[in-house]
Amino acid sequence: MSETVTTGHKWTMIVDLDKCTGCQACVVACHAENNVPTANEDEVVRGRANHWMRIERYWEGEYPHVQARFIPVFCQQCEEAPCEPVCPVYASYHSEQEHLNMQVYNRCIGTRYCGNNCPYRARVFNYHAPHWDAPLEQQLNPDVTVRSAGVMEKCTFCIQRIRRAEEDAKVEGRPLRDGEVVPACVQACPTDALIFGDLNDEESRVARMLPDERQFKLLENLGTQPAVYYLKGGETHVGE
Amino acid sequence: MLESSATQGPYWEQPLPEDEHLRHQMEHLREEHLLFDPRPPAELNKYVLAAMKKTGPRFWLLVLGLGGMVSVFLVTWLLQMIYGIGITGLNRSVMWGPYIANLIYFIGIGHAGTFISAALRMMRMDFRRPIARAAETITLFGLATAGLFPIIHVGRVWKLFYMLPIPNQRGLWPNYRSALFWDMSAITTYIIGSTLFMYVALIPDFAMARDHTSGWRKKLYTALALGWRGSEGEWHRLETVSNLLSFVIVPVMFSVHTGVSWNLSMSLQPGWHSAIFGPFFVVGALYSGVAAVILVMILVRQAMGMGYFIRKEHFNAMGIFLLILTLTWIYFYFAEWITNWYGNLPPEVAIQRQLTGPLAPLFYGMLFCNIIVPLATLWSRRIRTNLKALFVVALIIQVGMYLERILIVAAFLSRNELPFNWVDYVPRLPEILITVGAMSFLVLMYTLFTRVAPIIPVWEVYEGQAVQSPRRIGRAVVPTRTEAH
Repeated sequence: MSETVTTGHKWTMIVDLDKCTGCQACVVACHAENNVPTANEDEVVRGRANHWMRIERYWEGEYPHVQARFIPVFCQQCEEAPCEPVCPVYASYHSEQEHLNMQVYNRCIGTRYCGNNCPYRARVFNYHAPHWDAPLEQQLNPDVTVRSAGVMEKCTFCIQRIRRAEEDAKVEGRPLRDGEVVPACVQACPTDALIFGDLNDEESRVARMLPDERQFKLLENLGTQPAVYYLKGGETHVGE
Repeated sequence: MLESSATQGPYWEQPLPEDEHLRHQMEHLREEHLLFDPRPPAELNKYVLAAMKKTGPRFWLLVLGLGGMVSVFLVTWLLQMIYGIGITGLNRSVMWGPYIANLIYFIGIGHAGTFISAALRMMRMDFRRPIARAAETITLFGLATAGLFPIIHVGRVWKLFYMLPIPNQRGLWPNYRSALFWDMSAITTYIIGSTLFMYVALIPDFAMARDHTSGWRKKLYTALALGWRGSEGEWHRLETVSNLLSFVIVPVMFSVHTGVSWNLSMSLQPGWHSAIFGPFFVVGALYSGVAAVILVMILVRQAMGMGYFIRKEHFNAMGIFLLILTLTWIYFYFAEWITNWYGNLPPEVAIQRQLTGPLAPLFYGMLFCNIIVPLATLWSRRIRTNLKALFVVALIIQVGMYLERILIVAAFLSRNELPFNWVDYVPRLPEILITVGAMSFLVLMYTLFTRVAPIIPVWEVYEGQAVQSPRRIGRAVVPTRTEAH
């Protein structure tokens, strides 16, 4: 556990599993915000559903006493990210300033080593040139690059929104305010299950919420030190 | 002459002794061992050159067939570049598939050639002499074929030069922490080293070919022979360089497949993250590589009429080597498997269930090919020296080792930490065409090479024959070898 990071922003996401209903609004918002291409049915059957953010659904118990559990999984922005050292061209690298995993699309040659090495399988490879069914191609976000076939991509914590907020704050000559940076998934979440903020800002909502007795990190035993905290959901089930 | 005498003729003129018992022993020795069955160098030259220049309709038919397969391969690759990696069966969990398995496999079969040649040279094992070139050639083209696969595999092949440490305006260098970079360096070193090693040994043979050919061949060999005249100093330097390079090649050989295995074992993927992978892969590579050398020896012997050079003694020796490697490989596989099984970690258990469940035919088929068949056959000298039987066994080992590679890449990746991400992998046509095409490329290159370069290192054979001679000690004929080097 490295809670020792104090320099720069420590962008952190909290996922409250008690509040998550598995509605997938965050998934849709992410696609729209980040120009993530949509995969057709054949591709999904082949296991190429390309979401930066996905709601993993697990079943618990034996029929008929089954429960569905949801857990939103996206890039965990690991402090010790396994995807970073394996990239031979530095397309996947660590931002020391913001403590984020960066992916440089221009630099990526598509060895897909990072994808293999991500235990969360949070990385998405562009197996095809990006495609949107009409009229979705009319609503691409001008702030985000459209990635070509053959490169790897993943959740960025909506870095374009972080940059926009930082620039606004700079123009107004003030520090960033908590809640000013809102990633698309957080904005779309109807139950407020996703909370985003700077852990280094003591006044921020995430800093005040942590530590929490329900908190855990995904695959914490691997030592990847994710920046995403999950709050255990005791009663997160449907069908009862 | 069995008695040492300064008046005896050249080494290839050794009349059989008059004593019937000794004569029988001598005849047996000559029949068994190439190096005790000397013929005049001029005769050997003619023998090898004639086989090299012979190209019948069957040869061209083979070249045409293989060329067709290679064209299919190139077209498929072009389509993959245009339409993206999406035309393969890879998915969001199994991001590496047959292309990486092929890389491992082809480096594997290309592995043993130069190693056999260099290691046996270091240990002064003279039986290597006639088979050294055939083995080195499979290294050369095995590595060339393997080298294609990282290029085929990447998503944006036109940006591949980002991996090379070349100066650029941004001052951006490749990532030295990446196992892919280590692997690329090791493979490049091995390609350069083994090509040099092979070329050095080829120079006297090119010079020989230069002196006995005309037309385009004459021009080609004149250039390749680098003005070799065969003076004492030149032979001395050749010997020194060959010995030096053998000592360089052997450690580099170890580094290459260790590097390849580290691509897998340096990751966090369950089943891959294992310290034994380095030596395990080296042994696996030698295993399939030695089997490949045996296949090539049989093919060269039968197709080019090299029965005089490549004899039962060579197949026997290689068969024993293969048996040792079988046992070593089994040991490593067992050690790897039992540690995972006993550890009982959930993701690794998932992989084992996958292998013994839906993929059981492939998994048990692999064990049958790699363990049962070689163990059941190679202990017998009669099978080791029966070319048909040995050919089948070596071929079965190739199948087994290929299955092992494809399982270790694609089947392992399909099971990982979070069960939501368990996606099975099914190959699609482009991958199959490219794999078959690459194999054809290797065979095609080898076939063409046998017609432009002497596939038997003739000078090594007559050097071997010159330094060895049978001597009589009492009532027995004993092989002896001079250390005059």
